[in-house]
Amino acid sequence: MKIAVCVKRVPDMDARFRISADGTSLDEAGLKFDINDFDAWAVEAALQLKEKAGQGEVVVLSLGPAAAQETIRKALSMGADRGIHLAADRIPFDGFAIARALAAELKDGSYDLIFFGKMSPDSSNGIVGPIVAELLDYACVTAISGLEMADGRGTAKRELEGAQEFVEFTLPAVLTVDEGLNTARYPSLKGIMAAKKKTLESKPAQLGDTMVTIKSLAMPPDRPPGKIVGEGAAAVPELVRLLQTEAKVL
Amino acid sequence: MANIFAFAEQRAGELRKVALENVTAARALADATGGEVHVLLAGSAGIAQKAEQLGKHGADVVLVCEHDALKDYNAEAIAALAADRIKSGGYRVAVFSTSAQGRDLIPRVAAKLGVGIVTDVTDARIEGDAVNVKHPVNIGKVIATASIASTPAVIGLRPGNTTLVENTKAARVEQVQPVGDPSASRVKVKEMKQGTSAKLDIGEAPVVIAGGRGLKSADGFKLVDDLADAFGNAAVGATRAVCDDGWRPHSEQIGQTGRVVSPDLYIAVGISGAIQHLAGMRTSRTIVAINRDKEAPIFKIADYGIVGDVAEVLPALTAAVREARKSH
Ligand SMILES: Cc1cc2nc3c(=O)[nH]c(=O)nc-3n(C[C@H](O)[C@H](O)[C@H](O)COP(=O)(O)OP(=O)(O)OC[C@H]3O[C@@H](n4cnc5c(N)ncnc54)[C@H](O)[C@@H]3O)c2cc1C
Ligand SMILES: Nc1ncnc2c1ncn2[C@@H]1O[C@H](COP(=O)(O)O)[C@@H](O)[C@H]1O
Repeated sequence: MKIAVCVKRVPDMDARFRISADGTSLDEAGLKFDINDFDAWAVEAALQLKEKAGQGEVVVLSLGPAAAQETIRKALSMGADRGIHLAADRIPFDGFAIARALAAELKDGSYDLIFFGKMSPDSSNGIVGPIVAELLDYACVTAISGLEMADGRGTAKRELEGAQEFVEFTLPAVLTVDEGLNTARYPSLKGIMAAKKKTLESKPAQLGDTMVTIKSLAMPPDRPPGKIVGEGAAAVPELVRLLQTEAKVL
Repeated sequence: MANIFAFAEQRAGELRKVALENVTAARALADATGGEVHVLLAGSAGIAQKAEQLGKHGADVVLVCEHDALKDYNAEAIAALAADRIKSGGYRVAVFSTSAQGRDLIPRVAAKLGVGIVTDVTDARIEGDAVNVKHPVNIGKVIATASIASTPAVIGLRPGNTTLVENTKAARVEQVQPVGDPSASRVKVKEMKQGTSAKLDIGEAPVVIAGGRGLKSADGFKLVDDLADAFGNAAVGATRAVCDDGWRPHSEQIGQTGRVVSPDLYIAVGISGAIQHLAGMRTSRTIVAINRDKEAPIFKIADYGIVGDVAEVLPALTAAVREARKSH
């Protein structure tokens, strides 16, 4: 089985973000970057399938600046076989442009499965995987939290609002990974050493036209300062009064 | 003048609240330019009955597609149908929801049309040649204004963010045909396990009571269930910590890797208020926090807080809410 995994380098969300002078990007100074969590689970899923089959290849792709190679190396140190870096000055906001460039690279790879994360926390869009599926005309199942493969078909579990769905799909397929599918392994020391020798090819990303651009960034409005109503059960009547008369939600 | 397309999401033959939100938002966009709202409603035979409800919220035309294979959400068939209608109708904007179904559907539609797409939109306007939308990025710590240059622009609204407005139109119903064979999908829903269906969904309920580790155990959540019961219009949510521990299903998880909700009232019970949790609830209209640690970060974004033990405060609050609802 030939499997591709698309991974994105994203900033640590614990950071205090600052808007750059241009007003349309974030100041990257001081930010820590790592692989998107959903993408780490996607790598884990691919590795587990390969291990179970006892054969196959796991190829990792990432589009972005040179530093995206660190993200690919991390996946290689987890156990992926080789990496492809699609070089771009920076990662555009437009998910369609990213998808187009990834699809152009994936198109001739004859992959049986292509994994994505459900969403990247920085773009908060969740669109790149299914767009790639359409561009390649692959079957696609999004936000999976369970996966079984047998006889060249798959069954995936999806969490919906208040329901669970079990879907059957044919190969080749694009799968996007939700939380709960697995726990990503940590790279072992041996894995980190081995990753240094694995192939990591770099080529320019073919981004094409951008249809969506960031016009401006702003910090969310502060919430009006709240108040501690009181302590313990004694504060309940006052809370109820405020919910009725001030917030008008009761 | 620009006509606007809206998608009506249904499950088990019932419209979901997001369907009405999409129509309401589409109506506002259409009114700004003097255009019409055309809504696509797909399902099995009989779904056409729901057209009237869509008309109440501002649909001028309801495009109804009835087919056995469209009973459940059928990603490939619905995406093909929606893309086909949007293309032939020449719409300026196509309005969907960023619900679980919408997340799956919209990127496929945008890809088929080859047009720009933004999901989790909290505000949308047509301004000159562009559709400008507000979209929280970096788990809601920064708000982007993005400009979509294509026609149509495909947008997914943040669920719960649009206040429903009735704007009664006598909607014309037009029957439309599926594109290709909807039974031929490569992806098929084999089984759907509905949760406790009597309960409201966290994305739709006007009140969400969310619990965290402060409840101590799965049984401890009974305090939260009771309070939700007392409200009568409340759904129960949870933090990742308690979903990971198996106290609650992941479908109830609110936050960065879970769901994003914007209810009228959010009550955080025994929740510390980690940034990843705030990502999923910070746009709630009124936030109440109950925590025994007065330094807990949740108090920083709460409108009202009670410092205290959940075992003491919750039963008292449940009784008081029950009393207050009775006197309505
Ligand atoms: C990449 C990533 C993604 C994440 N995504 C999410 C997400 O989507 N959603 C999410 O919720 N978290 C998420 N988290 C986890 C998050 O960082 C926190 O660990 C989690 O939200 C904490 O849950 P909690 O508030 O239930 O538990 P705790 O942080 O342990 O807080 C428990 C609180 O209960 C209070 N308490 C204890 N006993 C009592 C009592 N008897 N009465 C009253 N109060 C009491 C304590 O004072 C404390 O404030 C994510 C983390 C990471 C790294
Ligand atoms: N620059 C990128 N390089 C490789 N994969 C990406 C990139 N951006 C997004 N992806 C993939 O697409 C998924 C969804 O991203 P998004 O649509 O931005 O939320 C991510 O979890 C990754 O799997």
